[in-house]
Amino acid sequence: MSNLSRWTRRSRPLFTLYLPVMPFVLFALFPLYFMLITSFKKNAELYDVNAVPFLIGRGVTFAHYELLSKDTLFWSWFVNSLVVSLAATAISVVLGVLAAYPLARLKFPGGDSFGVAIFITYLVPPTLLFLPLSTVVARLGLSDSLWALVVTYPTFLVPFCTWLLMSYFRTVPKEIEECAMLDGCNRLQTMVRILLPVALPGVICAALFAFTLSWNEFLYALVFVSPAELKTMTVGIFSELIRGDIYYWGGLMAGACIGSLPIVIAYVFFLDYYVSGLTAGAVK
Amino acid sequence: MQLKTLNGDVAKIAARGEAQARTLSDVLVRDTSVAYAFIAPAFFLLLFLVAYPFVLSVWFSLSDARVGETGAFVGLDNFSRLLSSAIFLQTLQNSIVFTSLALGAKTVFGMALALLLYRIGRFKRLIRGAVLLPFIVPTALSTLVWWWMFEPLYSVVNWTLKSLHLVNHDIPWLSDPYLAMFTVILVNTWRGLPFFAITLLAGLVAIPKELYEAAESDGAGPVGRFWHVTVPLLKPVLAVVILFSTIFTLADFNIVYVLTKGGPMNMTHLFATYSFVLGLQGGQIAQGAAVSLFLFPILLIVVFAQLRMVRKATTYE
Repeated sequence: MSNLSRWTRRSRPLFTLYLPVMPFVLFALFPLYFMLITSFKKNAELYDVNAVPFLIGRGVTFAHYELLSKDTLFWSWFVNSLVVSLAATAISVVLGVLAAYPLARLKFPGGDSFGVAIFITYLVPPTLLFLPLSTVVARLGLSDSLWALVVTYPTFLVPFCTWLLMSYFRTVPKEIEECAMLDGCNRLQTMVRILLPVALPGVICAALFAFTLSWNEFLYALVFVSPAELKTMTVGIFSELIRGDIYYWGGLMAGACIGSLPIVIAYVFFLDYYVSGLTAGAVK
Repeated sequence: MQLKTLNGDVAKIAARGEAQARTLSDVLVRDTSVAYAFIAPAFFLLLFLVAYPFVLSVWFSLSDARVGETGAFVGLDNFSRLLSSAIFLQTLQNSIVFTSLALGAKTVFGMALALLLYRIGRFKRLIRGAVLLPFIVPTALSTLVWWWMFEPLYSVVNWTLKSLHLVNHDIPWLSDPYLAMFTVILVNTWRGLPFFAITLLAGLVAIPKELYEAAESDGAGPVGRFWHVTVPLLKPVLAVVILFSTIFTLADFNIVYVLTKGGPMNMTHLFATYSFVLGLQGGQIAQGAAVSLFLFPILLIVVFAQLRMVRKATTYE
């Protein structure tokens, strides 16, 4: 009897917690799982209406990945995405650190208004401004070059980084910096040598999010850059692998897998940073 | 090691005392110029690439600009033409349906998921990590797999439903207007749910445990505790999450563009996709700008509401 009651007590979470959470986990993971197995299936199995779609039944193939490497500019798109994301991230984190510091630390005329302005631009969705921005990009002579993206991605990354870093900087005690300044450091030296090492988790978090947002960006890359060899990952796969009515589903899924991989790897290593970055905007 | 030297510095300053006051105030005077210098790069970036395009967008919407032409001032012509256009009114209706249903689903399921995640002890990191994944993966790419899952001939969803004998024909997920809207909402919910769940979870963790204990000793059951402790204390976080998501759900482009391109028969167009079709593919920049500006009033309302809440929160502190 006592054994039975102990068993029910111990297995209760199984029914009230783990069983109810399973549908959520399945819902979240199934599309990604399906993406992965589709990319390894042979066409014969892929386009067989009677085959069980959940598993790979007739052997694994790398043909879709080969098609991607040989017949498309896939690796150019990959490199473009990488270059643009790294450049946009570097610019945004530097500008974000610089802007967040005075907003979090100093009192100066116009400071509050600039804080509000940053907050508003943080909330401006890219879809609101892509039309006029394409005109601006054209006038700057940047259309159809990767510079168009390196210059425009910071418009949504800088407000995000600034906002995130402001809340991190505020948690660092002021006194630490005052000591350094009394020892003869100027503001920039103080920030770089004293504040940044302490607020490093915030900087990593901002960089990770900036990189993820740039890598995942779709609309600006679709609008500002049209030559096939200059496309980024997200746009290249979408627009170059769908030709008329012919869909290379295996290739599309292979591209989607490799396209998601860098982000997923970063995510696995830095899960906690992603979680804190995600909640910082809303909870702080 | 670092901490030790810091302590030493603090002690040094404490010992120096008031003699340093003048130097400190000197430093504070210099602050303004330092502040402006630090802010300048971000300021000019946002001025030229956000504020200026916004002004340009307003000008476009009040003109008859087309691709390559500056256009002349035409007043509110574009807006009145839009409001009498059947496609635009359909887009307006779609946007309301899409945003309210997707937000509703994300709020309800996000809350449920947050409550479950809050109590889970074992495999906590693994489960949280799995659940957050859809939010991190590139939307344009993950939407491709949803497209494949709802493909007319080889849809895995239809295969499952037919195998379970729930239906005996293929369901036209993307070619039926209402089902297409359902599908688009489903994918948006899939992508946005983690944001709701993880943020609400952070809010739940911040609620002091004593309050639950007090409520329990007053005889409140699990449901009572949820309505009288969790919901009121979670309200600020919930409000911020919903406001945030309102903008980004309403402004969605990727999911609709990849899955349906606004079709069938414009029944899934949102402001962003319709503005893209009009302004870029059709070359009618003026009309396209006017369409996307419909996002602006909602943006203003959200900004206003959020700032008010931030102010309120700081006065309580």
